[in-house]
Amino acid sequence: MSALVAIAQRLFYAIILILAVVVLNFFLVHLAPGDPADVIAGEMGGATEEVMADIRKSYGLDKPIYVQLGVYLGRVLQGDLGQSYFYNAPVADLILGRLGPTLLLVITALIFAIVVGTFLGVMASRNPTGIFSNVITVLSLIGYSAPVFWTGIMLIIVFASAIPLFPISNMYDITLEGGPIDHVIDVAHHLVLPAFTLGIIYLAQYSRLSRASMLEVLGSDYIRTARAKGLSEPVVVGKHALRNAILPVVTIAGLQFGGLISGAVLVETVFSWPGLGTLALDAILGRDYPTIIGILFFSSMIVIIANLLTDLAYRLVDPRIRAGGHK
Amino acid sequence: MAAVDDTTIQTLKVESPAREAWRMFLRNKSAIVGLVLLTIIIVVTFLGPLVYVIDPFDVAWAPFTPPGEEATVPWGTDYLGRDVLAGIINGGAATLAVGASAALITIVIGVTIGAFAGFYGGFVDEALMRVTEFFQVLPPLLFAMVLVSLFSPTLTTVAIAIGVVSWTQTARLTRAEFLKIKQLEYVTAARSIGAGNSRIIWKVILPNALPPLIVSATLIVGVAILFEAGLSFLGLSDPNIMSWGLMIGSSREYIIDSWWAVTFPGAAIFLTVLSVSLIGDGLNDALNPRLRER
Repeated sequence: MSALVAIAQRLFYAIILILAVVVLNFFLVHLAPGDPADVIAGEMGGATEEVMADIRKSYGLDKPIYVQLGVYLGRVLQGDLGQSYFYNAPVADLILGRLGPTLLLVITALIFAIVVGTFLGVMASRNPTGIFSNVITVLSLIGYSAPVFWTGIMLIIVFASAIPLFPISNMYDITLEGGPIDHVIDVAHHLVLPAFTLGIIYLAQYSRLSRASMLEVLGSDYIRTARAKGLSEPVVVGKHALRNAILPVVTIAGLQFGGLISGAVLVETVFSWPGLGTLALDAILGRDYPTIIGILFFSSMIVIIANLLTDLAYRLVDPRIRAGGHK
Repeated sequence: MAAVDDTTIQTLKVESPAREAWRMFLRNKSAIVGLVLLTIIIVVTFLGPLVYVIDPFDVAWAPFTPPGEEATVPWGTDYLGRDVLAGIINGGAATLAVGASAALITIVIGVTIGAFAGFYGGFVDEALMRVTEFFQVLPPLLFAMVLVSLFSPTLTTVAIAIGVVSWTQTARLTRAEFLKIKQLEYVTAARSIGAGNSRIIWKVILPNALPPLIVSATLIVGVAILFEAGLSFLGLSDPNIMSWGLMIGSSREYIIDSWWAVTFPGAAIFLTVLSVSLIGDGLNDALNPRLRER
């Protein structure tokens, strides 16, 4: 029962956060210098007097600010994120069209980083001076210090001519013919470099984190017990130790979704990946504020949902928290 | 910044904690490498333009000149015929200035919020931590992009935007330190001799919370530099001021034809952030009491 209450609490809290993001977006538009109607129309010069009058009316810009906030909240809750005057399409449609590629990129990068990072960390924890520890050191230097867009560009330079193994831009080959399986392979082929570029930042973090927590776990009593009762080393490491050592990785991974989306903006730009990041950049360069703000709203929502899922996953993985009372 | 009064200690010939940490730091080879590297970068950035007097925006040379081909433009030119070396030398100032001031803003906001939350606890803590969690769900780069584009793309806006989106971790760290330290006896002692809240926060607790904060501050400088580079790469910084990110961003369409125009500025960013994080690692080893022999 108490677990259900705790989950309900988290859900309620997530909804409050989403509302807060909407309110922030509203005030961002109003705090920006100039007429909010100009901001909404996108200062693109293409907005006629009629369009402007329409904006003023539908956003209630002639009414007091709290009425405007109410109107805005009501619209967003109905899924209406406004109209993009730059693309001449509803913002919600634009975003939904680009959501898939971004999620594909972000989740692939995250899984890659977790799996390879944990593997490296586990191997390194068993021999602190071995090759895996050196790999982690080098990865950390790149992951923490190299700008992600530059890493991507360096990969493009290498893979464009020297080793033409992977495509260096876009998400698919529009000239490709064949069945659905060919297209899936095509997308996966295009995904390799962007996902690797984005993943390498987190790979560095997860490998360090899992090495540290693995070293801690391997020194604990129950591991000695497991070894003493004659279990083989792979079972001790892979089953007994890993289950506990991976907890911090899981927690961190969920909390890093916001950073991942930020990184995706840069990686998508470098690889012309047709996701939310390239949409955001195009929208900003076109001064298309409804779209920009819609993306900020949507990506915050993704982060909130990711945090919620992490919280639930954490409850599943760690029985100590199931009883509730966490935080 | 020493937390201890030096006068009495000197007579006993005992090192102050700051000096001991400095000695530990100097023993760390990679930290020294970082320090030397950063010094070189700073010297080149501030004295370089006086020695190598070429306008980085000047399009006076043949476009796409590879490095080493022309003696006048040793590092080559970009697609417009701008001198890459001049860009590297002049581009550092914006990157370093924005990175440093953004880091300062981050630290001031984070430490203030974390200190109040940790010190006062109760409702203040609850409210401030809710605000912190709220800022944590906004994807930092996207939020900064929105701020810069809604206001104006000047270096000041960029620095403020970076500060506004990245203070949350500092706040959490500061809060944790304050929660730990405020229970210690010397805080009670300070209170018993009549020290007020603000004196206790800034003069008693904060100096003792500094070691982990200094380490995280160096990391923040690195992150802020990467942030600045990212924003100017996307074209969201002042287009009239040369920066390393801007150089890469403007040559983005010509990666294959002029690899040098994107590789060198990126390497400059990489080395700068690397030097800062090496220094951070060294400070961590020197300031972390668990690692220090006592």
